[in-house]
Amino acid sequence: MGALCNHSLELTGLAGDPASPVHRLDPRAKILGLVAITIVAVSTPLEAWPVYACCAGVLAAVAVAARVPPGAIWRRVRFLLPIVLAAGVFLPFVRHGGGQYELGPLTVHEEGLRTFAAVSAKAAIGTVSAVLLAATTTFPAVLRGLEAMRVPRLLVLIAAFMYRYLFVIVEETGRMRAALAARAYHPRTALQAGPIGRMATVMFLRTYARGERVYSAMLARGYTGQMPYLTPLVLRRSDLAFVALVLLALVPLRLGMGVAA
Amino acid sequence: MSCAVHAVELRYVYPNGHAALDGIELHVDHGERVAVLGPNGAGKTTFMLHLNGLLTGSGSLEVAGVDVGPKTLTELRRRVGVVFQDPDDQLFMPTVAEDVAFGPMNMQLDPNEVRMRVAEGLAAVRMEHAAERAPYQLSMGERRRVAIATVLAMRPSLLVLDEPSANLDPRARRELLDVLERVERTMLITTHDLPLAAELCERAVILAAGRVVADGPCRDILGDPELLALHDLELPAGFDLDGVPTRPSGTRAAPA
Repeated sequence: MGALCNHSLELTGLAGDPASPVHRLDPRAKILGLVAITIVAVSTPLEAWPVYACCAGVLAAVAVAARVPPGAIWRRVRFLLPIVLAAGVFLPFVRHGGGQYELGPLTVHEEGLRTFAAVSAKAAIGTVSAVLLAATTTFPAVLRGLEAMRVPRLLVLIAAFMYRYLFVIVEETGRMRAALAARAYHPRTALQAGPIGRMATVMFLRTYARGERVYSAMLARGYTGQMPYLTPLVLRRSDLAFVALVLLALVPLRLGMGVAA
Repeated sequence: MSCAVHAVELRYVYPNGHAALDGIELHVDHGERVAVLGPNGAGKTTFMLHLNGLLTGSGSLEVAGVDVGPKTLTELRRRVGVVFQDPDDQLFMPTVAEDVAFGPMNMQLDPNEVRMRVAEGLAAVRMEHAAERAPYQLSMGERRRVAIATVLAMRPSLLVLDEPSANLDPRARRELLDVLERVERTMLITTHDLPLAAELCERAVILAAGRVVADGPCRDILGDPELLALHDLELPAGFDLDGVPTRPSGTRAAPA
């Protein structure tokens, strides 16, 4: 279990060539550019396939420039996309219009299928954008970018501590599970889930106590509520060029497609 | 002349009514290395938290030449470095270098000075090679040494360590001893590791139920098995106190 968790945590790390021009961009530029792609895809009318194709093209270009192999993207998308698609999976059955196809006891509607395809395209573009951002930017860098973009400091700090202590909590959970298993705890039915609930309680209390200790340790080193950074973020010409290129590739086409239904 | 620690009638009662400190009397001069011994629950950690103003009890407490009070906290925390028991509590930045820089940056030093302090702190604990690594990638012994570097980078005049050898294997413990041996600072070390106290400290105090019950040369305290047993302490079987090199007392220069 511990090994599995660590493996899935590694999937959140960098991929591709860390020295690539995309990896070296300012995190703010990458956040802006990739969020712009997502916004363009999501806000586009359902049938605007040229826009989706263009978004996909830009994403592919970013992936190539960052030398992120398709396999690495697929491994990460595979975890995220099913969750995103689950929301749209009922559309072909409930959205009426166009031709009908009998599928056993269910009826599939053509209009619903079209909608589902478009929603899937939007979801895939959004997911790949997020995956590319994560593959080319370390999590702490994303957080610094967000902080510099005036995302509330408290939210950024919470995310930073979650990231830092995720590993500690995963390790602790692994040890507790091992301790349960060592005393022959192998739950088979929901009725036997009690110890897992108590384990969650213990984890909560431990985490709470750790939070207090971490805060003490921060105060002990003179923390006053401001997170200090050694190197300031600087927007260079390449950062601006990246954002401009993404916008130039997508926005004119998107504007030509009108307003989302 | 100022002193490193001067506590008079220091008391602290936790909100649940437990009196963790019950009138501590302790005087430590600059340049001393003092082991604070005592069983679990004796008040060692509570006392340590007072030295940095993280808890404030009644009575009077002067630490590193500063009267501990709400107005002196900033100055106090510059002068007193506390190394916590669990390095995971102390290392919270994404990389080791950023973590070591955290204290100096809170002191508003300029970036070049901060970089110098980071290099100096990591060199003092022989962890220069780990600057760009994440804390969770380090072993327990390495984390402990980095935690000490985060404090040394602030150049405190008093270094307070809480159970520095807890959870270390013999090799990591030896490396830690070698590192601490070379640190020229006034030190207060809370520990159950009596051989560590014997090697590092010339003076020892025993804390029991929130009071100082014994205070003297480390060798005398550790050489008194009845006293140790009375306070649930014990040297390892076969440990030869005379085999530990003698440490001349109070000879270390007091850094500014």
